Amino acid sequence: MSGLKVLRIGPAASVQDMGRPGLLDQGISRGGAADALALHEGAALLRQSPDLAALEIAGAGGEFEATGPLRIALTGAPMDAALDGAPLRWNASHRMQAGQRLTLGAVRSGVYAYLHLGGGMATECVLGARAVQASSGLGERLAAGDLLPAGEDPGGETGQGLEAEDRFSGGTLRIAGSFQSGLFGESARARFAATQFTRGARANRMGVEMLPEGAGFSAEGQLKILSEIILPGDVQMTGSGAPFVLLRECQTTGGYPRIGTVLPCDLPRVAQAPAGAKLRFDWVSLEHGLEIQRRADAALKALPGRCAPLLRDPAQMADLLSYNLISGAVWAGADPFARED
Amino acid sequence: MTFPQIRTAGLDGMLVSFADALSEPANRAAIAFRSAVEAARLEGIQETAASLASVYVRFDSASLPHGRLTAHLQEMLAAKDWYKVPLPPGRRFWRVPTVYGTELAPQLGEAADLAGMSEGQAIASLSAARVRVLTIGFAPGQPYLGPLGEEWNIPRQTELTPKVPSGALTLAISQFVLFAASAPTGWRHVGQTGLQLFQPRSADPFALRPGDEMQFFPVAKAEFARLQDNDPACGGAIAEEIGV
Repeated sequence: MSGLKVLRIGPAASVQDMGRPGLLDQGISRGGAADALALHEGAALLRQSPDLAALEIAGAGGEFEATGPLRIALTGAPMDAALDGAPLRWNASHRMQAGQRLTLGAVRSGVYAYLHLGGGMATECVLGARAVQASSGLGERLAAGDLLPAGEDPGGETGQGLEAEDRFSGGTLRIAGSFQSGLFGESARARFAATQFTRGARANRMGVEMLPEGAGFSAEGQLKILSEIILPGDVQMTGSGAPFVLLRECQTTGGYPRIGTVLPCDLPRVAQAPAGAKLRFDWVSLEHGLEIQRRADAALKALPGRCAPLLRDPAQMADLLSYNLISGAVWAGADPFARED
Repeated sequence: MTFPQIRTAGLDGMLVSFADALSEPANRAAIAFRSAVEAARLEGIQETAASLASVYVRFDSASLPHGRLTAHLQEMLAAKDWYKVPLPPGRRFWRVPTVYGTELAPQLGEAADLAGMSEGQAIASLSAARVRVLTIGFAPGQPYLGPLGEEWNIPRQTELTPKVPSGALTLAISQFVLFAASAPTGWRHVGQTGLQLFQPRSADPFALRPGDEMQFFPVAKAEFARLQDNDPACGGAIAEEIGV
């Protein structure tokens, strides 16, 4: 079986898929990729199902060696990538041969990068998914020496590229009211939307701290509120008055009040906001939120159609000298002004 | 606010709440209403869960629009008095050896102060309480237990404790949380047990079910260490069926 041997890896890399929806009653959050859009992008590039698992890498990259022929794709927060020293395009699919080495540098922007394999990653399936949730004892983070086995790959084209949505530097988050929004009062909710936030230092796969410019926020009777179900996207106020936006690996229930819920389609923007990024919240009605989410879901389905063959960039062609670059110029029938795509 | 109450939860959820404070009847109502929603098998419902006093329903609004689901839920709520339903059968009673206080559970003194008791009185009060699994949440297999008496209605901390260990017995707002895994928390760490609540690769990964009952009897640190060695999975905890 082909796979990737991990030669070097940062401390926060783990295999992720779409997670484990449906286990809230056992206290298990759905988890899965912090940036689910990146899973869809990788699947589109490799023409396979977005349910297949990929490697999620936060911050620092690593080095990998192919144990057999592989198709790979790179999505999410862009990193400097190279195959045996030759630069590789991000948001693109590529081919690796046995023994070839893939190196990934630190992220250039954003937080979470994704490395996909044709056929997905066939790591252990626990409680219906391969997504690692280390804090809950579901799988473990990746370490040097590990092997990432590829699932069965029916094969297909590589050299595909995709223009990825820029979600790597903060921005505006659409937020809908939820069952505890009323605890905050109308003027606090208006001030919330008028406030600029900076992504704080405390952030992980469970949630992201947002530091307000100016005073913090609190709900009536905040410390005695009955613990209630938590949903991904919930914006929770801790005692300090600074909100956390909770991600898909958040706890399933908790007592800090939540002012609203960020739309699922904006959660990649939350997860990928680097420390110091500026963010704002924009209230949307339930109807408008549903319409925005419907459009985002349709865009996911359209991703495969947006993949296109990579244009060859001579600056990135390591074996430039092996190409016969002048043959066209001496063929009398050639149109010297035709574009060479 | 009047109860029961139906509110939206994000774009794809509804929350049916039976109270805004914990009560035994509201908790029972939530558990029973949730099983009724499951049994109704409405097309478009993707998941249900019972919290302390509410039922959460996740659904696909494309096949089951918000208005239609709300109407269904209202009809079910009106059909009977959900505050007067029996507890489910097949429950268990757990007796769990627990070290109160010491460096293993450093916030017993703080919690006792807030409840207006000495540490000795606090241990006597907490270890005499037979509590129920009110809901499971926050982490895999992790129970909220209660209710404890009103004297234990103490607030959460404003700052999070960076980490309590697996098996930590913590307290706030007249409830215990027994930690299934090491985690940060705003609840005060009053006791330490050796019970593993979640073992993902076991055939039965979850030790507890809502409705199970528990009692945390005090042991000395030396006895606790001995129980941990002899019984790493349960730390000496014993479960028995509750007679009908």
